[in-house]
Amino acid sequence: MRFLRNPDPAQQAARMRLRGMIRKEARQIVRDPSSIAIAFVLPILLLLLFGYGISLDAKHVPLGIVIESSSPEAAAFAGSFEQSEYLSPHRFGTIQEAEQALITHEVDGIVWLRNDFEEKLLSGANAPIGVIINGVDANTAHIIEGYVKGAWLSWLQQRAAEQAGELNLPVQLQQRVWFNAELRSQNFLVPGLIAVIMTLIGALLTAMVIAREWERGTMEALLVTPVTAKEILLGKLLPYFVLGIGGLALSVGMAVWLFGVPLHGSLPVLFISSSLFLIASLGMGLTISTVARNQFVAGQIAIIVSFLPAFMLSGFIFDINSMPPAVQVVTYLLPARYYVSILQTVFLAGNVWKVIGLNSLALIVFCAFFLGIARRRMSKRLE
Amino acid sequence: MWNHLKALIVKELLAVLKDKKSRLVLIAPPLIQLMVFGYAATFDMNHIRYAVFNEDHGAASRELLAHFEHSDTFECVAQLDGDAQIAPVIDNKEALLLLRIPSDFSRNLALGQTANLQANVDGRNSNSAMLVLNYVQSMVSSFNTDWMQDHGESPLPAHLVVRSWYNPNLVSRWFIVPGIVGLLTLLVTLLITALSVAREREAGTFDQLLVTPLRPFEILLGKALPAVIIGLLEATASILIIVFWFKIPLLGSLLALYLGLFLFLLSSIGVRLMISSLAVTQQQGLLGAFLFFVPAIILSGFSTPIANMPEILQALTLLNPLRYFIVILRGVFLEGATVSLLWSQYWPMALIGLFCLFTAGTLFRRRMV
Amino acid sequence: MSVLELSGVTKRFAGVPALNDVRLNIRKGTVTGLIGPDGAGKTTLMRLIAGLLVPDSGAISVLGIDAIQDPLKVQQVIGYMPQRFGLYEDLTVQENLDLYADLQGLPDAERQARYAALTHLTGLAPFTQRLAGKLSGGMKQKLGLACVLVRPPQLLLLDEPTVGVDPVSRRELWAIIYRLVREENMTALLSTAYLDEAERCNEVILLHKGELLGQSLPAEFSQKMAGRSFQATLPGMNKRSLQSRLARSSGVIDSTIQRTGVRIVMEADVQPDPAALPAGIRIEPVEPRFEDSFISLLREIDGQPALPEVSLARAVPSGTDDEEVIIVDQVTKRFGSFSAVKDVSFKVKAGEVFGLLGANGAGKSTTFRMLCGLLPATDGHLRVAGLDLGHAPAKARARIGYMAQKFSLYGDLSVLENLRFFSSAYGLRGSDQRAQIDWALQEFELKPYANSTSQKLPLGYKQRLAMAAALMHRPQILFLDEPTSGVDPLARREFWQRIAALAEEGVTILVTTHFMEEAEYCDRLVIMAKGDILAEGTPDELRARVQSDQLPDPTMEDAFVYLIEEHETGRRSDAVPAKS
Repeated sequence: MRFLRNPDPAQQAARMRLRGMIRKEARQIVRDPSSIAIAFVLPILLLLLFGYGISLDAKHVPLGIVIESSSPEAAAFAGSFEQSEYLSPHRFGTIQEAEQALITHEVDGIVWLRNDFEEKLLSGANAPIGVIINGVDANTAHIIEGYVKGAWLSWLQQRAAEQAGELNLPVQLQQRVWFNAELRSQNFLVPGLIAVIMTLIGALLTAMVIAREWERGTMEALLVTPVTAKEILLGKLLPYFVLGIGGLALSVGMAVWLFGVPLHGSLPVLFISSSLFLIASLGMGLTISTVARNQFVAGQIAIIVSFLPAFMLSGFIFDINSMPPAVQVVTYLLPARYYVSILQTVFLAGNVWKVIGLNSLALIVFCAFFLGIARRRMSKRLE
Repeated sequence: MWNHLKALIVKELLAVLKDKKSRLVLIAPPLIQLMVFGYAATFDMNHIRYAVFNEDHGAASRELLAHFEHSDTFECVAQLDGDAQIAPVIDNKEALLLLRIPSDFSRNLALGQTANLQANVDGRNSNSAMLVLNYVQSMVSSFNTDWMQDHGESPLPAHLVVRSWYNPNLVSRWFIVPGIVGLLTLLVTLLITALSVAREREAGTFDQLLVTPLRPFEILLGKALPAVIIGLLEATASILIIVFWFKIPLLGSLLALYLGLFLFLLSSIGVRLMISSLAVTQQQGLLGAFLFFVPAIILSGFSTPIANMPEILQALTLLNPLRYFIVILRGVFLEGATVSLLWSQYWPMALIGLFCLFTAGTLFRRRMV
Repeated sequence: MSVLELSGVTKRFAGVPALNDVRLNIRKGTVTGLIGPDGAGKTTLMRLIAGLLVPDSGAISVLGIDAIQDPLKVQQVIGYMPQRFGLYEDLTVQENLDLYADLQGLPDAERQARYAALTHLTGLAPFTQRLAGKLSGGMKQKLGLACVLVRPPQLLLLDEPTVGVDPVSRRELWAIIYRLVREENMTALLSTAYLDEAERCNEVILLHKGELLGQSLPAEFSQKMAGRSFQATLPGMNKRSLQSRLARSSGVIDSTIQRTGVRIVMEADVQPDPAALPAGIRIEPVEPRFEDSFISLLREIDGQPALPEVSLARAVPSGTDDEEVIIVDQVTKRFGSFSAVKDVSFKVKAGEVFGLLGANGAGKSTTFRMLCGLLPATDGHLRVAGLDLGHAPAKARARIGYMAQKFSLYGDLSVLENLRFFSSAYGLRGSDQRAQIDWALQEFELKPYANSTSQKLPLGYKQRLAMAAALMHRPQILFLDEPTSGVDPLARREFWQRIAALAEEGVTILVTTHFMEEAEYCDRLVIMAKGDILAEGTPDELRARVQSDQLPDPTMEDAFVYLIEEHETGRRSDAVPAKS
C-alpha cells in the first residue's frame, strides 16, 4: 500500500480504518474455531445429511400382494411387480393378513386379486384389481400409485403382445422430462440445499457479531474512535463474506463431484448471484445483530427467522406454486426463495437470463434493504 | 425437595415469561409459523400451469384439451404456434408442463390407431414433475376410457380400483401438518432451554445457584420441568389449531398423544440440557442448538420418508426423538392409533430422555465438585 | 486556554434528568477528577463530551470543536476509555494496538516508535504477544489506556479507570497519567470512586444527581473542613464497636476506621464532647481531607441517613470464640500447568471479619471459590463450618451465604421474587419464610422497590438485595467477593456498617477487597500474591511490619504496596524466599 501515493489524506485514513476493522475481524475469526466451523464444517455436515437424508425417491416400497385363487393370469400379473426395482412385493394368504400388515406399517400398500379375477378377465368384463394404499404420507402414496399403474400397464402390454396383438389405447402419453430426465430428486434438492445452508451460515455468522461487541463493551470503545458506522459494518461484512464464499465453493464442489448434480450454467453467473444472496443473508444477520444488541435475543431471532422459513417457504422442497396465494405472498419476503430459483436453474437448466435476471434483481433489492436497515440502526450515538 | 423444585420452576417461568420480548419470541412465532407452514407445506399440485402447442385441428384434440381445461388442477397459460416458442416457455418457468399434440392426432384416432400426446415437463423440481406426469396420465386414462365407451370399443381387460386408507383424498397437508406440531414443539423447547444454562453462567447466577444447598438433580429438573410445562401448553394450542382450523381428523386417543408428547419433551429437553451443560459460552450454546435442531428435522421423516434414506442415516434416525414423535403424531391423528400400538415408539424416547438427563446431571455434578 | 467547555448542558433519559444545566471549563494541561456518587451523571457527562450522546440543550465545545455538530471530528482529537473498556480478549496485546492505530489513523511509519513508547510506559513490553484475555485486571486497564493513547489525544477521558484494580496497579496508572500530561501535553478528565485519588487531581468537579456542586482545587475543598476532623482512639475496645458507638453520637456526620482508631468528622461548629463518650477515649484533631468535604456536602443535601442495625432476627449458632470455622490446610489449585494457589494455609475463627487481599491475579478469587465449593481443590483440605466440602457439600452450603463480585441475582425477577426464590432454595418455608422476607425488605430498606425489576435498581440497592439474599437463611459464615467494587463511598460506608453489625452478632465474615481503607475493618487478614500468602495478621501488625524511618506512619495501602514490591523483587533476584 505504501507505494501507492494517495494525495487525499482523509481517504487514506478511511482506508486505514477499514483495513484495521477487517484485519481485526479476520483475526477473531481465525482465533475462534466456531466461525470456521460454521463456514466449513457446517456445509459439509449438512450437505451430507441433507443430500443423502432427504430423498423423495421411494425405492423398494414394501407391497402386499393377495391372490385369492391362483391362476396363470394372476401369477403373470404378480410377476410384473417382481421386476420393478421400486417395489418389493410380499405375498399374503388372505386380505385380512395383508390389512393387518398395512396397519402395523409392514407394507405401504396392497394389491388384491379376488377369487373371480381370472373368470372376469377372460370374459372381458374389465376385471377389477383392488389397490389399497396407506394414504398418511400422501406424496409417497401418489408415487406408489404411479408405480402400481406402471406395472399394471406393462402387464397389459405384455399380455396383448402374447395374444398377438397390440394394446390398442386411443391416446398414448409420450413423456419428456426436461433438465432432469431420470427425475433424480437429488438433482433438484441439492441445489436448493445450498440456498438453505447459505441462509443458515449467513445468519449464524453475523447475527451475533455486533451483539457480542455491545455485550462485551467493545462497541463503546469503537464508537469513540473516528471510525464511521459504515466502516464498522463493512469491516464486519467483508471477512464473513469471504468466509461465506469459501463455504459456498465447498458446497458447489460437493454438489457437482459428490452428488453428481450437473452444472449446466456458467460459474461466473453462479458466483455473482451467490454473492448477492450471501450479502443479503449476511445483511440480515447484521440487522438482527444491530436490532437485538444482546446475543441471547439475537440467537433466538436467528433460529426463528433463518432455518425453518428457508426450509419450508423457499421452494426448496415444497413447490411454491402449490401454496395458497396468501402464503405465496409471504414467500416473496424471503431472499432464499429467489436464490433457490436461481440455483435450480443454473444447475439444471443453464443460463436462463430471464429467470436469473429477475431473481438477481430481487436479491439486489434485499441487499440494499438489509444493509440500509443495518446502516440506519448502526448509529454512532449510544441512543 | 418439592419445595426446592417449586421455587426453581417458578423462578424459571418468571425469568422466561416476565420479559416482554422473550414472551413474544416464545408465543408468537411458533403459532404464526404453524399457520403459514400449515398452508405452505404441501406436495399437492393445483393450478399446474401448462402451455399447449396444438398442431392438430381436429375435434378429437379439442376434446382432449377440454378435459384439461375443465380440470381444477390445470391452468392453461399459453397457446403456442411454433416450435421456437417451446423452450422459452419452460426455461423461463412460465409453464411447468407443455402439451404438444401432433398434426396426425385426430386422424390416428379416427382410424382406430394409437394417437400420441407429448407431455414435456420441467424437471427442475423432480417431485413436482413426477406428480404432474401422474396427473396427466390420469387425465389420459380417463379420456381413453370415455373414448372407448363412446366409440363402442371393448374395454381393457382389467382396471385398477385404488382406495387409500386414513387419508382418502390423499391430501398431503394431513400428513405434513401434524408433523409441524413436532417441529414447533422442538423449536420452543430449544428456545427455552438452549441458552438457559449458558446464560446463567455468563450472568453469574449459576454460581449463586451452586452455593445454595440445592442438589444438582434439583437444578437440572428445575431447568427441565418449566420447559416441559411451556412445551405442553404450546403443543396443546397447536393441536387445537390443527383440529379446529385445519380440520384434520384426530382419530386416536388423547392419552396416546399426550404420553408421546410428554416423553418427547422429556427426551428433547434432555438432549438440549446435555448440550447446554457442555457449552461454556452462549455462542457455543447456540451452535450446539443448531447442530441438534437441523439434523433432528431432516432425520425425522417429517418431510421425506425415512425409508428413502441410505441405511446409515436410517440407523442414525433411531437416536432422534423427533422421529418417534412424528410417527406418534401421524398415527394418533390419522390412523387412530392407541397406546398399545405405539409402544415401540414410546420406550426409545424414554430411554433417550433418561440417558441425556443422566449425562447432563453428571456434567452438572462434575462442575459442582 | 480551555480545552473543554460545557454551557447549560441538560440531558434527560425518558424524561428523567441525568444532567441538569451543567457548566464547566477545563484548562489545558490539567488532570481533573470527576467525583460523585452512583447515578450522579458522571458517565453521561463523559459520553456527551465524546459525542456518543446528544444533549437536550446546551453547548459542548472540545478544543473549539462543537461536539454536537461534529462528533467525528471530536473523536479524532480525544481519547476515551469507557468504564468497561472492551478489549478484544481473543486478540493479542499487539493486535489490539494495531487495531486502534488503524482506527485512529496513525501513519505506519510512526507506529514502531509509538508502540515501543507505550508498551514501555505501561510495562506491557514483555507481553505483546499475549492474548488480552489472559492479562490480569490491572494490565487490561493499562492496555486499554495504551489503545486510547495510540495516537496521542489532546484530551483524555477516563471513566473510572481504577475500578477493580489493585493498589499497586492503581499507583502505576496514576503515574502514567501524570507523565502523559507532563510529557505529551495532554489534558485529562477522569471519574473515580476512590476519594483518595481525588487529592491527586489538579482540580476536582463534584457532581451529584446531575447537578454540578462545585469545581475547585482539592485542597480548597479540604480547607473548608478545617477543625472538623478528629481521630479517636480507645485502647482495649474493638475498633468496629468504637466506630458504631461514635457514629451514633450527636454531631458526628462521618466515621471511618483509621489505623488504630476511628476518624470522625463533626458538624460545623460542633466539637466532640468527651463527656458523652466512653471513658478513656482520646480525641485529637487531624488534618481534613477531600473525602471529609465530599461526605459533608452530600450530607447537607441528602440529610443524615438512618444507621442500619442489622439483626438476623434470630440468634446465630455461634460457637465459642476460639472455634475455627474455616480451615484451609495446605491447599493447592492447579489449572493445567499453572498453579493459581500454592500450598496455602490459614484459619478463621468464629465471629471474625477476615480479609483476603491481593493484587489482581493473586489467587484470591480462586481461594474464595474453593471455599464456597465452586471449585474443587487440587490438593489439601478445606473445612467450612465444621464440614468437609468434599463430603457434605449441600449441608456445608446451607451454612454459608455468598455474595458474588458482580450482581448475580436474577435480573428479570423483581426484588420480592428474588428473595422468595433464594429463601426457598435455602429451604425456608411457611411463616418462617414470610417473616424472613419481611425482615429483609425492612432491614435493607427495599420495601419501596419490592416489585421493581431487580435489573433496574440503582447499584446501591442491587448490592443491598444481593446481601439480603445471602442472609435469608441466617448463615453462620458470609463470603463476600469484592462486595464494594464500583460502589460509591456513601454506599460503601453503609455496607461496612452492616458488616460490623453482623460481626457483632457472631457471623463469621470472609471478604476480599481492593480498597485498602476497608482492610482496616477486618480483624485479621492475609495478603496474597501469585498464589502465595505473603503476610498474615491484624491490620496493626501488618502496618507495623513495614514501618521504617522513611515510613514512620504507614497506611494499609503503603503496607500492601511494600509487601507486594518486596515479593516481586525477591522473586526476581531469587535471593529472598517468597514466604517470610
